[in-house]
Amino acid sequence: MINQLSWKVGGQQGEGIDSAGETLATVLNRQGYFLFGYRHFSSRIKGGHSNTKIRISTAPTSSISDDLDILVAFDQETIDLNAYELIDGGVILADAKFNPTVPEGIKAHLIAVPLTKIAEEVGMAQMKNMVAVGASVALLGISVESFREVLTDRFAKKGQQVIDKNMDAITRGIEFVKTEISNLSIQDFTLAPSDGKKRLYMIGNDAIAFGAVAGGARLMAAYPITPSSEIMEYLIRRLPEFGGTVVQTEDEIAAITMTIGANYGGVRTLTASAGPGLSLMTEAIGLAGMTEQPCVIIDTQRGGPSTGLPTKQEQSDILAMLYSTHGEIPKIVIAPSSVEECFYDTIEAFNLAEEYQCPVIIVTDLALSLGKQTVEPLDYSKIEIRRGKLVTDEEELPELENSELFPRYGFSEDGISRRVLPGKKHGLHHVTGVEHNETGRPFEGAVNRKKMMDKRLSKLNNLSFPNPIHADTRHEDADILIVGVNSTYGTIQEAMSRLEADGLKVNHAHVRQLMPFPTNLLKEQMEKAKKVIVVENNATGQLTSLIKMNVGMAEKLVHVGKYDGNPFLPMEIYKECKELLVHGNV
Amino acid sequence: MATFKEFRNKVKPNWCPGCGDFTVLASMQRAFANLGKEPEEVAIVSGIGCSGRIAGYVNSYGFHGVHGRSLPIAQGLKLANRDLTVVASGGDGDGFAIGMGHTVHAIRRNVDITYIVMDNQIYGLTKGQTSPRSEMGFKTKSTPNGSIEAAISPMEMALTVGAGFVAQTVSSDLKGMTAIIEAGIKHKGFSLINVYSPCVTYNKINTYDWFKQNLTSLDEIEGYDPSNRGQAMQTLMEHSGLVTGIIYQNTERPSYEELIKGYKEEPLVKQDINLTEEQFDRLISEFA
Repeated sequence: MINQLSWKVGGQQGEGIDSAGETLATVLNRQGYFLFGYRHFSSRIKGGHSNTKIRISTAPTSSISDDLDILVAFDQETIDLNAYELIDGGVILADAKFNPTVPEGIKAHLIAVPLTKIAEEVGMAQMKNMVAVGASVALLGISVESFREVLTDRFAKKGQQVIDKNMDAITRGIEFVKTEISNLSIQDFTLAPSDGKKRLYMIGNDAIAFGAVAGGARLMAAYPITPSSEIMEYLIRRLPEFGGTVVQTEDEIAAITMTIGANYGGVRTLTASAGPGLSLMTEAIGLAGMTEQPCVIIDTQRGGPSTGLPTKQEQSDILAMLYSTHGEIPKIVIAPSSVEECFYDTIEAFNLAEEYQCPVIIVTDLALSLGKQTVEPLDYSKIEIRRGKLVTDEEELPELENSELFPRYGFSEDGISRRVLPGKKHGLHHVTGVEHNETGRPFEGAVNRKKMMDKRLSKLNNLSFPNPIHADTRHEDADILIVGVNSTYGTIQEAMSRLEADGLKVNHAHVRQLMPFPTNLLKEQMEKAKKVIVVENNATGQLTSLIKMNVGMAEKLVHVGKYDGNPFLPMEIYKECKELLVHGNV
Repeated sequence: MATFKEFRNKVKPNWCPGCGDFTVLASMQRAFANLGKEPEEVAIVSGIGCSGRIAGYVNSYGFHGVHGRSLPIAQGLKLANRDLTVVASGGDGDGFAIGMGHTVHAIRRNVDITYIVMDNQIYGLTKGQTSPRSEMGFKTKSTPNGSIEAAISPMEMALTVGAGFVAQTVSSDLKGMTAIIEAGIKHKGFSLINVYSPCVTYNKINTYDWFKQNLTSLDEIEGYDPSNRGQAMQTLMEHSGLVTGIIYQNTERPSYEELIKGYKEEPLVKQDINLTEEQFDRLISEFA
């Protein structure tokens, strides 16, 4: 019995790869195993190699693994592209239909399973993915009956026959492989028992979308784009029961400006996109900053520039999210590092947007937005809605004299003014992107200009966001501090454990608040290490530059970038750190 | 009930004397009063340009946004609070150049707002460049040899993309414009009103006199039926678009709000945003 293994299924896009991974993972999740997934896919609907890799463990895991134990292949390309990941003694379960072969030098067992043939016997060739699931289950040693509930949930609408056929496909897959392996001497892949606890299994985008509903968002305006579309798709399903809706706009400029308009109207509203969409939104983000409208914007980073690598991992929007609007505005940029944080941070983003009356950008990356992971049950009691200095419906405002206006932009100690919503009696005021006075009237006077700029920019001086950095400080005099952002959290943690096992002293700081930058908190961490290695999925070292600019200590900083479209593996971070030490840089 | 004077404020418009936009401002104020609106029930969302300043000249809620984006801001606002009377406004550059994409899609979407375009066929605030409404051959600072691009025909365009309310008026006709704005606001769904609003400083061709000579009122066309889309299109083509009045109105087409699943009569902004624990548990079960 083993405590953790990695399983991958691959083939041509459209062959049921996602569905195979999803079915197996849902069953394992319900049994209490911890899962961590990553989808490798292309920007096309049919064809092109695609795969899903899932790490299965009896203990919490928050990273994909370096290697692979079981590879399920629907075509030879899957074997050729992925077999190098297999451990010695790993297993390839391949469709017998294409006469699979193992590339030279790969020490894995090949089991040719008549996936297509069995599926055809069951009655539907496309059920080969379920036969493949069965084949895998034979190795993992979980019971076939555990699939009935999951398949019933999924196919209830399609009828009992479809459920039975799927069960039949899985059963036959199990039986075939059981017979085959009885004659082979292969390693035991039987999973050790899990703790059996109930947990959730979600992608970051699910958590953001659910967090938006929990955080009181009732409108969304968005334009479809990978890898953010799941957010709008979830909300269009769910918002109607709360009276709200999603508007699929004509472009991202409409998405952000509609979001601003709806927030001005008083409804918590969000938009979500990726790099190309965020580029289009930048002018309007400035409008939100200038007119002090709350709004929440999600940027699910993918490979850039331009169309770049639309379905691949990258963290190259960091500086654009901080600085891409013209002029200077208050803006909050937060970066969750797990699916769970995607949920709570989204709720908090809506609170901060209203409290500080400014745009809040939540930055994720593709691996976090689309990677499916086990999540501890989310806590209803932690949901809190705070609306800042919003004038409530009940409050009566003093009467305004003829054509006098409400001081919507009134100066105050903390720079934050009382916010009144259109429709409110005696609340009339003007809103404009032009520099304005306290009632919102255009006013270019130099004294007022400076005062207004100072008011807006000072709003974030007292910003309080929970855990601006995650610090895992194990040593007061560390050899290395590894710094990361977003989805690399677990990968860095795993690399760190290996480095520690080698006797190195390693600390980890994960940046969660990118703007305003948590300079002092990070500085404290950097002072405790000889070298600071910034791990980020980009070429130019954007987080590294931010640190250099805000904290300094340039001589300590080393940028470790990866920009080939794939997430970091623990081994890669481990190696980079080792090399750095061996070559005497520390 | 507020009078039209209560929709006035003390701000002196920074428009040139004689600018057509003054009539639009006065008509709007009268229309709001005639419809029994209170200042706080009205929100004007405008774009950038001389005309964009109009949001600041009405004693109501006003949002002066970015160039070309008054429509998505206005639609977002309306969806947030359907009790508000939302009027989007701007110039022909705002609506038919930089914001044309939004104009077409706002018409398709049919959110219940009114869009008033102050069409002066020139860029005024930037001191006289060609607009998408400038005729071929029109000489401006940016087209010293005359425009070599065809002018957009906004009314025909609106009919083509399925508008439910299409009207045109001119700044010399305060009464007619007021009536049209009232009708546009009352219309359930998106209403587009194009106003020939002469720029007295930079457009020396399309002047008040020019419009007087060239515009035909639909009232003068015997048997004109604004519910007949084919006739509307044909009439526009016969008159090169130079007509005034309600060109087309479809009272059957439901507004976007009427078609949103689960969208309530009570404005969204008034609804409780807290989830109950029961709702939370139900939502979370999807991920178990």
